[in-house]
Amino acid sequence: MADQQKSKQNLTDRKPCLSGRGVTKVFGVGNKAMTAVDHVDFDFNEGDFVSIVGESGSGKTTLSKMLLGLISVTEGEIEFQGKPRDISSGAKRKEYWKNIQPIFQDPFASYNMFYKIDAVLDDCLNMRGFKSAPEEEKVRLKTEACSFVNLKYAELTNKYPFELSGGQMQRLMIARIFLLKPKILMADEPTSMIDACSRATILDMLLKLRDEVNMTVIFITHDIGLAYYISDKVYIMEHGKFVESGPAETVIINPQADYTKRLINDVPKIYEKWDLDTVARN
Amino acid sequence: MKNTIKQVFHSGKFLVGFIIFVLILAICFIYPVFVTYDPLEMIGAGNFYKPGTYVSQEEAALNEGYTLNMDASESRLATALGVEELEKMQEYLIKYAGIAEKDIDVTDTEAIVELWQQNYNPDMKAKGLTSAKRKAYRRLDASIENAMKSSGVIIAEEDAESGELKEAKTIKGTGYVNTKDIVNKRTFILGTDNFGRDVLTELVAATKVSLRIGLIAGLIATAVGLILGLVAGYVGGVVDNIIMFLTNLFTVIPSFIILILISYSVGTNARGVMMVAFIIGLTSWPWTTRSVRSQVISLRNRDHVNLSKLSGHSMFRIIFTDILPYIASYVVMAMILQISSGILSEAQLSMIGLGPATTKVATLGLMMNWAMQYAAHLNGSWWAYFPVVIVIALISFSLNLMNTGLDQVFNPQLRD
Ligand SMILES: Nc1ncnc2c1ncn2[C@@H]1O[C@H](COP(=O)(O)OP(=O)(O)O)[C@@H](O)[C@H]1O
Ligand SMILES: [Mg+2]
Repeated sequence: MADQQKSKQNLTDRKPCLSGRGVTKVFGVGNKAMTAVDHVDFDFNEGDFVSIVGESGSGKTTLSKMLLGLISVTEGEIEFQGKPRDISSGAKRKEYWKNIQPIFQDPFASYNMFYKIDAVLDDCLNMRGFKSAPEEEKVRLKTEACSFVNLKYAELTNKYPFELSGGQMQRLMIARIFLLKPKILMADEPTSMIDACSRATILDMLLKLRDEVNMTVIFITHDIGLAYYISDKVYIMEHGKFVESGPAETVIINPQADYTKRLINDVPKIYEKWDLDTVARN
Repeated sequence: MKNTIKQVFHSGKFLVGFIIFVLILAICFIYPVFVTYDPLEMIGAGNFYKPGTYVSQEEAALNEGYTLNMDASESRLATALGVEELEKMQEYLIKYAGIAEKDIDVTDTEAIVELWQQNYNPDMKAKGLTSAKRKAYRRLDASIENAMKSSGVIIAEEDAESGELKEAKTIKGTGYVNTKDIVNKRTFILGTDNFGRDVLTELVAATKVSLRIGLIAGLIATAVGLILGLVAGYVGGVVDNIIMFLTNLFTVIPSFIILILISYSVGTNARGVMMVAFIIGLTSWPWTTRSVRSQVISLRNRDHVNLSKLSGHSMFRIIFTDILPYIASYVVMAMILQISSGILSEAQLSMIGLGPATTKVATLGLMMNWAMQYAAHLNGSWWAYFPVVIVIALISFSLNLMNTGLDQVFNPQLRD
């Protein structure tokens, strides 16, 4: 917590990592055109733990896919490390993806069920240039990554994804990030589809990634209480637009937009109380 | 993988279809081992000989033979005297011989023949007995005499020097031969066709050729459909538009138009079995393309595909490792249907005369075509076409059953 406190204080000194101006995504054309993300501006700095908060359907996943470079941007500019992002060729995309990696919402859909989970970890090692490393070295790295997320590599190796629980799968996804060590982690509601027990552990691990590796974490959630609890900065998204953004305390203790107020009021009471506790302690 | 196969064979429908199909396949390969005749040998001199065993007449006549206490002339009598003849005899006996109607039993051939022999007078003159009628009665009497004759048939041999006929043997009504003693015989279980060819042997050979056509056509259609569907679905954009344009084009051009065009351009002679199989394959891929494409579209935005992209994998690798395994079961099912429809297409094309232009091989469709051209269905030669229809139906039924079984295993929500 002390680290987090410190990092919150010098938010403004950080170097810009990913920023956007007027980023827009329109699905379909003509009558069926549907604006999922509508001219959003943002600046994510290195080492930030940023939350994007919004209700279901507000365009959070669409924005994250654009930032990951998985879908095209209809309009607007995205800058990566101060320079316009260029992902126009396969090689450039590959280079960009060394810097940004995701954790998706549904761990069950994140794995190719026809391949053993080793394939996922081996891919990471190949990406990091360990392709021709000795076998022991590879096993050591994989074991290290697994123990970072409290999993035992020896128990997981040679298993198929469907033999794991949702929580284990999602932790393995974090192990993947640990191996890849990208500059930016895009976590799209990583805890919404797994059991409550695994949730806290996963959040802890995300914080640990930020603190130990200085990763920029973009955390997408519909839960404003959770966003407040873990993030430095929040962006509130409604119908594809950012209605409010700023340091987590400022936005949540003193919300300006009606939408933000509503989101805060919708937080279950017991949670609110717990939130106020943490606020008091800070 | 092993588990999936086990599951597939636990499906009753798949198993039944599979067994029928394997049996048909087994017959195609085992039958020719035992029956080594040329399946297209024109053995009969006429059209459509009915099913049965054909023994050499000469050999039967010259055979030593056996005597059985079972006079063949009696049953000969029964075949010689039909209802019409018996009624004529009854009429004569009542009108001209003065026998009471109650004393005549028309159903007892032997009794009425005895009465006839006692009472018939060829010189009878009576009122109303015109000379035409008298002649008719005489003819009837002669045929009865003929049928009653038990003196047998005399076999004569020509004397080599004098040229005179000399009695060599008499065949009595009680003379029989054992078919086992006859060397020259042939059984046509399903008779012969219009060319005098053994239908069963021909049918087995034709089934084999038709299965080969179906397999080749199915493989081509599935390969083309799969590749185009994968590319169109995964790449999207302009590539997708071009492929879908082609797909629509091929959907509206029926394969027989292409066959007619090819017949014109390469000549009828070039339209062999392989050519027909290729054309069926190359005209039936569109629906595979269409359905593979829609499956790929629903898969390409899945997170495991996204993750694979983000891991830097090439498009080729993603299609092979992240898309293909997910649609593999579907592709197998589509191929089974393509094989089945390939066989049906060949039958249809051959029926309208666009099948393989060859008399060197038979296909199920060609057999149907020949049988129809020689009006087998009009002259009651059911053996020339009915077994062919049954085989086509069985193949198609077994393949569709396998497909349904697979569908239930791979898409369990369809189960009720
Ligand atoms: N591929 C797509 N084509 C058309 N509409 C889409 C597509 N993806 C998302 N949308 C629409 O965009 C809107 C935002 O979706 P999404 O980004 O998934 O929201 P969130 O993640 O906040 O729940 C939704 O209304 C959704 O229907
Ligand atoms: Mg979402």
